[in-house]
Amino acid sequence: MSTLHSVAPAPRTRGLSLQLYGYLLLLPALCFLLLFTHYPALATIWESVFSAARNGHPAQFVGLDNYRALLDDDTFLLSLRNNLLYAAITIPLSVVLALLMALAVNRRLRGNAITRAAFFIPSLLPMVAIANLWLFFYTPQLGLLNKLLALFSLPAVNWLGQPDTALYSLMAVSVWREAGFFMIFYLAALQQIDPRLSEAAEIEGASRRFFFRRVQWPLLMPTTLFILINASMNAFRIVDQVIAMTNGGPNNSTSLLLFYIYRTAFSYWDLPYASAMTVVLLAILASVALIKFNLMDKRAHYQ
Amino acid sequence: MKQNTLTKRCLNLVTWLAALLWFLPILVAIWVAIHPASEQGSFSLFAPLTVQNFINAWHAAPFGRYFLNTTLLVLMIVVCQMVLATLAAYALVRFKMRGGGVIFALILLQLMISPDVLILNNYKTIGALGLRDSLLGIALPYFASAFAIFMLRQTFKSIPLVLEEAAIIEGASRFYILRKIYIPLAKPIYVAFALVSISFHWNDFLWPLVITDSVKVRPITVGLQLFSAPEQGVQWALISAATLMTVLPLLLLFLVFQRQFVQSFMRAGIR
Repeated sequence: MSTLHSVAPAPRTRGLSLQLYGYLLLLPALCFLLLFTHYPALATIWESVFSAARNGHPAQFVGLDNYRALLDDDTFLLSLRNNLLYAAITIPLSVVLALLMALAVNRRLRGNAITRAAFFIPSLLPMVAIANLWLFFYTPQLGLLNKLLALFSLPAVNWLGQPDTALYSLMAVSVWREAGFFMIFYLAALQQIDPRLSEAAEIEGASRRFFFRRVQWPLLMPTTLFILINASMNAFRIVDQVIAMTNGGPNNSTSLLLFYIYRTAFSYWDLPYASAMTVVLLAILASVALIKFNLMDKRAHYQ
Repeated sequence: MKQNTLTKRCLNLVTWLAALLWFLPILVAIWVAIHPASEQGSFSLFAPLTVQNFINAWHAAPFGRYFLNTTLLVLMIVVCQMVLATLAAYALVRFKMRGGGVIFALILLQLMISPDVLILNNYKTIGALGLRDSLLGIALPYFASAFAIFMLRQTFKSIPLVLEEAAIIEGASRFYILRKIYIPLAKPIYVAFALVSISFHWNDFLWPLVITDSVKVRPITVGLQLFSAPEQGVQWALISAATLMTVLPLLLLFLVFQRQFVQSFMRAGIR
């Protein structure tokens, strides 16, 4: 490698060999990216316009038939609806909770490290483990929630066993896991706010509420945006807790997009159909990401 | 700000109670795990303590094997991610390549299309490579991390070019420069990325579930799911013990690196 410079070839060839050297350094990472990100994305789109190869019949080009079938597939439409509902409820809830937590632990408070850890630790744990912890709350006979209801002599609820409550029970788990994670970003942002601002507000006699509304909240806007976008992307990739807690049931009431893709692909082995659904999911993620890059560029939130 | 001590005290109390409530699921699991199975529903303060649940759980499933698998898996992924990302980030920053912008855009594309969404075709690819049901097969799709490349590129960019030019004049090779100047200066980024990546891959579930069939490669998340899934009479004491064992390494990591953990997640978010 040192020969590159010690030999000192003509500038032009030297520039060329330097370029080649750079490409070689990039090559390993690029190979993996192409093989496991770009190729599968394109292959998914390609496969979504073919029929499944079955009983010796080879796959045939069927155009948009798979997509048309999606529009008539009640389970798919339900999964999409569930997923939108999931996003619409869990995102605002976890963001508001995250903000409240960050404001709460950002004050001078004894045992701050412990309260922060209590809020943050859930977001570190595997979803499968979290599902187990919460199953203990939800289980019909022994479950703590029903014991609590019994204290007020209310009837027991089969939280995960009936379509009315199952999806909301899953949402609670997601909010529990995500809020503490988002808290970290709010905390970081709060700590970057110049302390002189709060000193000035204090001298002026501004109330805490006024200070939050007119100073902290506007300064937290870029962070809120960042969290909202990440939360939206997460909300459409959620699958672990569905597999671990309800397996999509009862009556598909907890089936979400990625879960239905997983089941279509790995239980029913209908790969073209699963591909068409994956394309829909990719389209959703890509549109969120486009918003992200546009907004982030304008705000120059990252360097 | 106008705030008398009384309201301050109230706020502190509310914060403390909220934190306790938030942590309750974990406390309940600990409670259930350290008491005999017969006491699991009673929550009586005087129930005897026991570690028997942990011992039973450990023997009821090959948890030792699962832990080893996950540890190997995470190490393999994190090391490869860092090596590949270092090379790529260095190339992007210090070699003015034609098409560098396009290549960088191709890399960033991974941030929006995450590999977990593409399980279908990645499953086929890993199958075609003959790597299904192997640790390498679980790890391979994660070796190139756009996020790592992105973070390192930001850091390398901030390192003055003069340092490198001086070293080149001294006759140092590119790899020597990378090893002696760039990598040491980016150390905090490596720590931050390692913590984020370890916790992510320790927790990963769907992809390992799909790609593994046997005990010898199954990671802890999939093992735990299989352990707690069976229908025959739910044994909460055992499941709680197994669950706590699963999260223990991450909790210890968190306790040791608490500051770095919080900071790396902050950094990961801000950049």
